[in-house]
Amino acid sequence: MKDFDFENSLKELEQTVSALEKGDMPLDESIKAFEKGIALSKECSKYLENAKQKIISLSEAEDGENND
Amino acid sequence: MNNPISVKQLNLYVKSLLETDTRLNSITVTGELSNFKNHYASGHWYFTLKDNDASVRCVMFKGYTPKVTFSPEDGNKVVVKGYVSLYERDGQYQFYASELSLFGQGDISFQVKALAEKLRKEGLFDPSSKRPVAKFPKRIAVITSSAGAAVRDICATLEKRLPSCEVILCPVTVQGEGAAESMVKTLDRVYGLQGVDTVIIGRGGGSAEDLGAFNDERLARKIYESPFPVISAVGHEIDFSICDYVADKRAATPTEAAVIATGDKGEYKAYTEGIKSRLNNALQAVLRGYEYRLLSADVKKISRNAVNLIDRKLQTIDYIHRDMLNSVSRILNRGERDFDNLLTKLDSLSPLETLKRGYAVVSRQGGVVASADQVSPGDRIEVRLKDGKLNCEVKSNERF
Repeated sequence: MKDFDFENSLKELEQTVSALEKGDMPLDESIKAFEKGIALSKECSKYLENAKQKIISLSEAEDGENND
Repeated sequence: MNNPISVKQLNLYVKSLLETDTRLNSITVTGELSNFKNHYASGHWYFTLKDNDASVRCVMFKGYTPKVTFSPEDGNKVVVKGYVSLYERDGQYQFYASELSLFGQGDISFQVKALAEKLRKEGLFDPSSKRPVAKFPKRIAVITSSAGAAVRDICATLEKRLPSCEVILCPVTVQGEGAAESMVKTLDRVYGLQGVDTVIIGRGGGSAEDLGAFNDERLARKIYESPFPVISAVGHEIDFSICDYVADKRAATPTEAAVIATGDKGEYKAYTEGIKSRLNNALQAVLRGYEYRLLSADVKKISRNAVNLIDRKLQTIDYIHRDMLNSVSRILNRGERDFDNLLTKLDSLSPLETLKRGYAVVSRQGGVVASADQVSPGDRIEVRLKDGKLNCEVKSNERF
């Protein structure tokens, strides 16, 4: 889950959909694009389902990253 | 009681004290307007500024009045800027106003206006310096009071729209003494953090006079320095604060700030669901496109064949027609020729021709006598020659 890049996956999904929506793709490529899109959208949905909001306070953030 | 001074000297001395005091040189006072008089001869305005249990006499000279953007009336809550001095004749201190504006009511006090003007000239509000807010933030720093609805609204909205986003809460004092300093210090600490995509600074609703900290020049400059895009949510629909002007984006409410901070995709859950149906529709469209092409390709082929077929049939008909015409005319021609021949033949077969050659035709009562057996002696017969006939009686009949 940590390795999953939601932003890039979503971008890829959007590009896939746009390419498919143009409608000038050969049939076999269209079906491949569709399958890829479905897989991506499943991953994205799963990622969102499992995402839990993480709230940290400034002092914790400081401890982790900034020692001034 | 040595060295008494005159009243005038006293007043002049007090006046000089008042006029050399740096705070009284330029000071802004708020209060309620009363006894307002627009002196018809001089054009100066005279009025009293009062609180519940205090008042001060004020004058605004003619030269300043055109800059006032409203018509002053008794009872107006106003903000006045000017200096303090003494009116020697009455020995009374007076407020000499140079600026006058209504308090609240969407009117930023002129101090703030002046600061806004100064910062605008320096380019702090330039649209070109505004950065776009990250479309997909991973970390958002929220600078607001730890109490109050603002922080709850922001967290709830972020959770709903983009739960994967990390929220760094930075509690500050948003109003009253030290609020601006508190925010400036906190911003400095936030700027030292790594990987912050967006900063939200603001507070929930409140009265206009509580906006003070967000009109602070130091805070404005600190926000301008921000390495991350800043969304200002000062929580006042009517009044803009300087913080709003200098931030990259301004939100009317904390909730709206959280919405702006999470990009234009709306709720990501709904968005990804929506994209799935777009994907389906797109494929359907592609399939329909192919279906159509397939169908129309067949139809074209079929219709082309049909046209060919019809053309060929028409051609056949044409040929048949031509053949028929040919045959008919051939037949007609032949008939004509045959008729001629026939006539010639007929001519040659004519008995008249034969009679010309010396033959005769024998007949009896209309019938031709072709055999000797047909007549008996005593029968009357007719003999036809080429140029007349003979009536004869048979004497005898002898067979050859």
